[in-house]
Amino acid sequence: MTTETTDDRRPTTEAKYWPLTTEYRLPIMATEPKQTTHTDNRGPAGVYRDMVPPGTSHWPGPASDPSSAPAQAAPTRSAPSAWERVQIARHPDRPHALDYIQQICVDFTEMHGDRLFGDDAAIVGGLASFKGQTVMVIGEQKGRSTKENIARNFGQPLPEGYRKAQRLMEHAARFSFPVLTFIDTAGASPGVQSEERGMGQAIAANLITMLSIEVPIIATVTGEGGSGGALAIGVGDRVLMLENSTYSVASPEASASILWRDAGQAASAAETMRITAPDLLGFGIVDEVIPEPEGGAHNDPPTAIEAVREAIARHLTEIQANYPLRTKKGTRQLLEDRRHKYERMGAYEEPIAGS
Amino acid sequence: MRDLLRRPRFPIQDKRQDNRGQEQGGKGFPEDIWTKCHKCNELLYTRELEDNLRVCQKCGYHFRLSSTERIAFLADPDTFKEEGHDIRPTDPIGFVSPDQRYATKLKDTQVKTGLPEALLYGTARIEDMPAVLAVGDFRFLGGSMGSVYGEKLVRATRLAMQKKVALVTVSSSGGARMQEGIFSLMQLAKTSAALTELAEARLPHISLMADPCTGGVTASYASSADVVMAEPGALIGFAGPRVIEQTIRQKLPPDFQTAEFQLKHGMLDMVLPRRELRPTISKLIKLYRG
Repeated sequence: MTTETTDDRRPTTEAKYWPLTTEYRLPIMATEPKQTTHTDNRGPAGVYRDMVPPGTSHWPGPASDPSSAPAQAAPTRSAPSAWERVQIARHPDRPHALDYIQQICVDFTEMHGDRLFGDDAAIVGGLASFKGQTVMVIGEQKGRSTKENIARNFGQPLPEGYRKAQRLMEHAARFSFPVLTFIDTAGASPGVQSEERGMGQAIAANLITMLSIEVPIIATVTGEGGSGGALAIGVGDRVLMLENSTYSVASPEASASILWRDAGQAASAAETMRITAPDLLGFGIVDEVIPEPEGGAHNDPPTAIEAVREAIARHLTEIQANYPLRTKKGTRQLLEDRRHKYERMGAYEEPIAGS
Repeated sequence: MRDLLRRPRFPIQDKRQDNRGQEQGGKGFPEDIWTKCHKCNELLYTRELEDNLRVCQKCGYHFRLSSTERIAFLADPDTFKEEGHDIRPTDPIGFVSPDQRYATKLKDTQVKTGLPEALLYGTARIEDMPAVLAVGDFRFLGGSMGSVYGEKLVRATRLAMQKKVALVTVSSSGGARMQEGIFSLMQLAKTSAALTELAEARLPHISLMADPCTGGVTASYASSADVVMAEPGALIGFAGPRVIEQTIRQKLPPDFQTAEFQLKHGMLDMVLPRRELRPTISKLIKLYRG
């Protein structure tokens, strides 16, 4: 199935999702002086230098050399705060899962339903062709209008959404198609229906599936990466994050509510919880931060989408070059490396045995 | 009981001093002799309550257990051998909050509970069947799953594979540990990764969801076990009831998110009174061994 053709056909459909509606612009975006040139504050990966711990592998080239880097040069624009990034990540004009899927793939064929209970519009998925090879794409989909948001439950999936995702991932594994996921949710939907239909079990089952299938998985956090609802489609060989996306154990509002019993302190929680893409890159939880156009992806969706396409293509090529995926041994190695990557995650101390 | 942890660094305090204080609440009776039932308010003779595995003799209310009590009630006497005692938490996201520092809070909790972390694990025998037993403790920061919890669970899984025995987990947790941020969320994937290997080794994972069990623990290893069981009346769910009430702005039905509710909706294999746990788990392990 994975042909060697270099089909670089690009979708010709018009982008119909981003008439930049200025009334949606948030104050922070509106008041910001428009930048015309990139400053030296941004590195090759588009990451703000002052937010990336030194020594990370994603800081290559001469820019990482402290002696040559103009470290003393005052940045003409400081990096957005965590709370500002939360606002950018939630911006209604930001590209959503279907925007990415339709623009980076051709022949996207949406598939519906979990075959058990129903179909959840907050998760979309189906087969598509990405750079000449068939892939399974799965994404959490927010709406833009109120009507669309209600239909999509504001991008907060129900258990049947996760079970649809699980079905599609198993489907992909059966045909050896790589899986590309797009994460953008404030969190799994809390409520009576979620409990009745076993949200905990649905997420737990997805984690097991993503740690059992022997096909490449590339997960990209495009907006909000909210807790277990994000991780449920976010376990992968590579995890990428857009520069202004967030990924956290709980949404800033929920964090503030849990920590201080006051959801109003969400802005403080956003800073405290270290939820930005540069933070997660520094922690080694994500593999790459994808740069966004000045001010955020909503300012120039085509550029943001192209950056995502390029990053996914590069990582997929790399995985397929590193593992002989036509052989059982190769796919097994891919899976074992993925498991080991997750088994190593965590921070703890332990005295050396025998001392 | 007191010999459960071999190392004296975190001595297990006398039961009557540790967590009974908040449970009693009532005034005017000697705390070590009488315990008030939380559900029916009956005054119970503490020694009889202990003999009844801390289940109210009158209404059947199952008191929450500390991890050491749970081990004492589940494992054969003197068979539990703790492992990984020295794995200690750090402060990976530099958690600062106006009212609490993570490091201070950890130290206070360690002193208060006499435990190094929210999860204990080790080898044990359950009615003579060998197993690796991993038990969470709700008193330790709400039994929350952080890096140490996840690492211990992974090691428990590997120990079970090495010894070729069943893994028995007991979870009583509010979910992921906020103070370790994204590292806590990743423990959901980490524990799941280890369990896929246990499954490939054809060893069973038996999960007991004890009151209360919500959030990230429900959404990971505790739900994906081969056998999932709970005690009567236990609160089990994904989102906490407070969050759901805020979201839907309605009062929830009284049995919502109880073990019985989860059994009815197909999420549990069985709901068992505390006294039946040991024989049932033992019987299951025997069945899996063929």
